[in-house]
Amino acid sequence: MKTAAQTVLTGQSRARDVVLSVRDLAVDIRTHRGTVRAVNGVGFEARAGETLALLGESGCGKSMTAKALAGIMDPVCDLAGGEIVLNGTDLAALTPKERLKFAGPELGIVFQDALTALNPVYPVGTQLGEAFRIHRGLSAKEAKAEAIELMKRVGIPEPESRVNSYPHQFSGGMRQRILIAMAVALNPRLLIADEPTTALDVTVQAQIMQLLRKLREEGQMAVVLITHDLAVVAEEADTVAVMYAGNVVESGPVSEVFNDPRHPYTKGLLESVPVHVERGAHLKSIAGSPPELHDIPSGCVYQSRCPLAQDICRAERPRLLPVNGSVAVVKSGAENDADNGLGADADLGGGDPAGNYAGTRPPRPGRVAACHFSKESNNV
Amino acid sequence: MSEPLLQIDGLCKTFHVAKSASGNTRLKALDGISLTVGRGETLGLVGESGCGKSTLARTLMMLETPDAGTVTFEGTNPFGLRGKELLNWRRRVQMVFQDPFASLNARMSAGDIIAEPWATHRSLYPSSREREARVRELLEMVGLRPTDARKSPQEFSGGQRQRIGIARALALNPDVIILDEPVSALDLSVQAQVLNLLNDLQQELGVSYIFISHDLTVVRHVADRVAVMYLGRIIETGDTEEVFDHPRHPYTAALMSASPRLDVTGAKRDRIVLQGELPSPLDPPSGCRFRTRCWKAQDICAEVAPEPRVATAADGTLHLAECHFPLESVRGLTGATAAAG
Repeated sequence: MKTAAQTVLTGQSRARDVVLSVRDLAVDIRTHRGTVRAVNGVGFEARAGETLALLGESGCGKSMTAKALAGIMDPVCDLAGGEIVLNGTDLAALTPKERLKFAGPELGIVFQDALTALNPVYPVGTQLGEAFRIHRGLSAKEAKAEAIELMKRVGIPEPESRVNSYPHQFSGGMRQRILIAMAVALNPRLLIADEPTTALDVTVQAQIMQLLRKLREEGQMAVVLITHDLAVVAEEADTVAVMYAGNVVESGPVSEVFNDPRHPYTKGLLESVPVHVERGAHLKSIAGSPPELHDIPSGCVYQSRCPLAQDICRAERPRLLPVNGSVAVVKSGAENDADNGLGADADLGGGDPAGNYAGTRPPRPGRVAACHFSKESNNV
Repeated sequence: MSEPLLQIDGLCKTFHVAKSASGNTRLKALDGISLTVGRGETLGLVGESGCGKSTLARTLMMLETPDAGTVTFEGTNPFGLRGKELLNWRRRVQMVFQDPFASLNARMSAGDIIAEPWATHRSLYPSSREREARVRELLEMVGLRPTDARKSPQEFSGGQRQRIGIARALALNPDVIILDEPVSALDLSVQAQVLNLLNDLQQELGVSYIFISHDLTVVRHVADRVAVMYLGRIIETGDTEEVFDHPRHPYTAALMSASPRLDVTGAKRDRIVLQGELPSPLDPPSGCRFRTRCWKAQDICAEVAPEPRVATAADGTLHLAECHFPLESVRGLTGATAAAG
């Protein structure tokens, strides 16, 4: 199955197998105020041995996307469309019962809050062994032996004696390790990690991230990392999809997206982080707050907070289109590329975008942004 | 440094708890904390959960009584005050809490929440007309509309709620505001707005902040000085730039190294990933508390608790670290300005 892997990434000619391909994913939530669309046409690809970050603020639909991938949506949520292709199988087309077979052997998920994700009334060994009993038909004794092996793999000291301990007897970091162990028990091809370190202290966070990297390399898993932390994305992910109000507004290789953001929201987020700013100096911030799901405007989802918004942004929702990278950025990683102040009337969508202006590169694969003014957005 | 407004010396607080694994029932949450806060200054307080940050904040709010040590606020010890003087002291130290969804009473309007402190401090704004005018003024100061006074907390976003929390803390015209993780519950884009607001208010009012946070990037941006806590002790303190650029305590260096950085130049940095987790404060290690996770620890670290040592700060400001083997320079800085401070 090498066909999908021919896409060239980030300028390096390293190509990896696409494990997960999500297209036009849509999730509706039924609320007492009517049905709202929480995830709207989201698409991305995750490759073996790589980490894709879904980045966004609370309410942007990133966790909803994760739950839709894992097939564990709340009862009030409906999959309203799209494909979730995992190793050639479209999970979205399967019945819930058929999907169960994938949970564990093909796909694992790590949740944010380990204490609520673990069952308090069973020893961790029982919970760790569950996957082996259900999917491999092992006996309780055999499953326990596997659980001990797993605990070793994720770095829990004295697994033989701790296998019978209950979740509350572990520290936060150890609980997260147990949760990760459960997710990788059957060596899945895809690991979804939903804010796996948000509740942890930074020194423990660093340990957990190190563990996830190690497991990713060992099993050549594709990792979908859901986070709101730009720094975590910068350090851990290969590619990033930035979400806003249920939509992916920009995606591509992390270094390119962060060095040369082409959506005003991405740029605004990056500028909100107090780095490279003089102490106490005014931070650039994004005015206002994200729209309510009940109240998503037609046109661009970001229009109400966008410094570039014009009439077309209110009239027409921009599609995710390939963006041109600029040479200046590649050279120095500088913030602004002065030679990119080109005509605003050049339509990215039509014709050959590469031919529109000189001094820039042709669109790179996997580098997309949903903005009518993506060319200008780095000069906001 | 500006004149010290608040001085803390050798503050200790022990809690009595149910038996731990080792049979210990005394939890030393604060074990000899010494700090100063200058007027109009921001002191950043960092450390992992369980290190005693919140106990320190609560003690400064007089919600806990220290077992030993002194707090001096403009020359007086607040723990000796009674009656009106105590009331006045309480007015001068206020707090903003972490979770803006839990810290505002859902049954009160924003205006009532902001005005509630005046129910205790009646003399401040005696007439209802004055109080209403002041609520409107405070709402505008924190970037909300005067008409928002009638709304209930549920009608506001997280960032707006935190603004209400700040307005409530400002209602008593305090000299010190303890900010306990004031932006960690907020989304990034909103976090910057609130940090800007806090900065503007400090410029305008000259209020001092004790800024508790686990986010080193934020602390570096807001704090004039920073104190690093570990298991009930301040293990390093100094000017923010000095501590961040030249950490002397291995824990400080590790903490900084562990916190992820928004640096996409692709340069891989050597990270210090500490092994293990924070030991239980019920059974802190002997000698230096950090020795169980420290890569520089030697025999002496288990035997003798290190005294605070003055590290050489390039600009002559006080930089203290409690370590037998303080780091020279972690990042191999070139300008080794080892000139005696």
